[in-house]
Amino acid sequence: MNMQVKLPFDEMLVDGVARDIYAAYADWLSNTPPEQLESKRQEAELLFRRVGITFNVYGETAGKERLIPFDVVPRLLAAREWKLLSDGAMQRVRALNMFLHDIYHSQDILRAGLVPNSILAHPQYRPEMIGVNVPGGVYAHIAGIDIVRTGEDQFYVLEDNLRTPSGVSYMLEDRRMMMRLFPELFRKYSVAPVEHYPHMLLNNLRAVAQPGIQEPTVVLMTPGAYNSAYFEHAFIAQQMGVELVEGQDLFVRGNAVYMRTTEGPKRVDVIYRRIDDEFIDPLNFNPDSMLGVPGLMTVYRNGGVTLANAVGTGVADDKSTYIHVPAMIRFYLGEEPILNNVPTYQLSKPDELQYVLDHLAELVVKEVQGSGGYGMLVGPAASRKELDEFRLRILSCPSNYIAQPTLALSTCPTLVEQGLAPRHVDLRPFVLSGKSVSMVPGALCRVAMKEGSLVVNSSQGGGTKDTWVLN
Amino acid sequence: MLSRTADHLYWMARYIERAENMARVLDVTDNMSLVPNAAASEAALWGPALEIAGAVTTYEDLHDTITANEVIHFLALDPRNPSSIYSALLSARENARAVRAAISSETWENINSLWLEFAQFQDMRLLEGHLHEFCDWVKSRSHLFRGVSFGTMLHDDAFRFLRLGTFIERADNTARLLDVKYHLLLPNDEEIGGAVDYYEWSAVLRSVSAFQAYQKVFSDSIEPWRVAELLVLRQDMPRSLHACLGEITAILDQLPGRRNSECLRVAGELHARLRYGRMEEIFQGGLHEFLEDFVVGNNNLGLEIQRSFLNAQAA
Repeated sequence: MNMQVKLPFDEMLVDGVARDIYAAYADWLSNTPPEQLESKRQEAELLFRRVGITFNVYGETAGKERLIPFDVVPRLLAAREWKLLSDGAMQRVRALNMFLHDIYHSQDILRAGLVPNSILAHPQYRPEMIGVNVPGGVYAHIAGIDIVRTGEDQFYVLEDNLRTPSGVSYMLEDRRMMMRLFPELFRKYSVAPVEHYPHMLLNNLRAVAQPGIQEPTVVLMTPGAYNSAYFEHAFIAQQMGVELVEGQDLFVRGNAVYMRTTEGPKRVDVIYRRIDDEFIDPLNFNPDSMLGVPGLMTVYRNGGVTLANAVGTGVADDKSTYIHVPAMIRFYLGEEPILNNVPTYQLSKPDELQYVLDHLAELVVKEVQGSGGYGMLVGPAASRKELDEFRLRILSCPSNYIAQPTLALSTCPTLVEQGLAPRHVDLRPFVLSGKSVSMVPGALCRVAMKEGSLVVNSSQGGGTKDTWVLN
Repeated sequence: MLSRTADHLYWMARYIERAENMARVLDVTDNMSLVPNAAASEAALWGPALEIAGAVTTYEDLHDTITANEVIHFLALDPRNPSSIYSALLSARENARAVRAAISSETWENINSLWLEFAQFQDMRLLEGHLHEFCDWVKSRSHLFRGVSFGTMLHDDAFRFLRLGTFIERADNTARLLDVKYHLLLPNDEEIGGAVDYYEWSAVLRSVSAFQAYQKVFSDSIEPWRVAELLVLRQDMPRSLHACLGEITAILDQLPGRRNSECLRVAGELHARLRYGRMEEIFQGGLHEFLEDFVVGNNNLGLEIQRSFLNAQAA
């Protein structure tokens, strides 16, 4: 087995010396006793619990929600680094939106032979969307681009989340918490603000109402209070000042969607839905869904309401489509990709399958449609038995999997039980598309709290950090 | 506003108020147990508390005998009792969670921290020693809830539905309390005015924070019919039926009109009985009958509010 003992890139220290961007913070950190950080951490936990910044675990009793671990040590990015990341993320989202329009209209990219025709058989490809014109040609109004780092200038996009990406509330609440815990640091550094995200989001959502509507009514649609991301839904709705609706609050009449209010029906123009395609309309998709609105899809296709994100974006953020994003950028924008993809093996190709099976212990294997860190194999961390089991799963349906080299994700100092220690991190900035494509200078930084772990998902015990873009 | 949101706000407030009233009943009953000869037995003392809570049948399904400890646990902490303080506070918090985007963050945080604090009592088997402390805590959290919502929420329709919940629930609770107690405390064949009576009636007054008000209004010995007058007809007594209906009609007047007419009619009728009623006449017809009628009328008003605003169908 190939056991490389190479230390991962650390965001703060290179060869024991603080990188420029961290110099002042590292100095502050070394003068701050760990007990003080620990007491700040406890204070944060208390506040998060009181404010109810929690997530639900399916199957647990009512009234018992969990906290996502919050780390008081921020991740710092230089303005120069942020420019690279944000330019790269926005470039991807532009191309992906054009790809989605194309794939549901003239399908030029298929004819150019850059994406295989088999994509039309993909379960997330929605024939219902063929020929439907969405306002502004925007499909992914809100996109979360997962980025990892392996070296000073080595950033890779791990995944594009174009369906109902979550986590932005943690970006906002982590910042609010950090400002409360460490006001002196904010006075000392010029940290780029992120608080205007809800305002930007609302403007974007208003901009994608059907043409001719003067004062569009925007709502946020949630599966309900028992959804794991319910806090975020309520938080964003409140920050935008829009109604938080469930399927049962909406109904269709004629070519319009209405909500049931104490003053009678009120027309709804834009629905920011945090509910998957399959559940939005029992007449069109899953007939057992209690979460959706019967007839919504018909109104949507006829232009009576805007959905954000659009239906059918899943075909573009799937791991088997991911490999084509650089080609999309060249094809639609005529630009070179600013951010790289992680080299990816497609197990549907026999030679790549053979390579992966031969090198399973070095690779990360993911289900094409998996998310949340479920259904993946981290080769170097897996036991003999796990490797053998996964090998059989792969062989039963190779096209269901992709594989990537195990990246040495960068680490960031993190407060754990034993004090400060390096832990692996990733970054999810959010890209908004409406009239134009924009971002706030910040992101959700996820951190694997367990030593050596590369899995940052909150469903797998990952935590969050505030991300500071410093001018 | 969304009908579902209005519904959650209304019930959130009702459940908080219910918890407070339950705490009042528990506290006062426990105090009575300290008065010698106040009751022939634990059952005679604690039975009425179950009656006020409307939970006699549920209790009997779970317990063979009425003992102080069992009743206290049942009314305060038992999840199997849908009207226990535990159940009321859990429901209040679940309703609040469903509308946390529609209430001020202070109001949400207040209810959420209430629920987190409640955990410390939940695990205690020591209510016997700490009942008073517990009841005080519930009452003060309820006061805090009203203060925080009043002081931080926009006084719009959302706030109005919340307030409607408070006063519908309060009117119901005061009427039940008075009915059960009056019925018990006025045995026909006994002389009124003994020491036990005094404690009993002052306890009733204290349970609705009306003891000082009584002294101030009447500055005289405690007479049952005056207690009834204070809790039924006095407009300036915050927990009286008249005061509750005064608030309710004023709130309904401010709600959007189209769906409101039947609510206004039902509320107006109830309000008029209290506003123009006289105690002598109420006694002539029987206080028990009057209160029973009132509880039914108040309940109908609640149902009408539900029908008109909260369960709005695709009309």
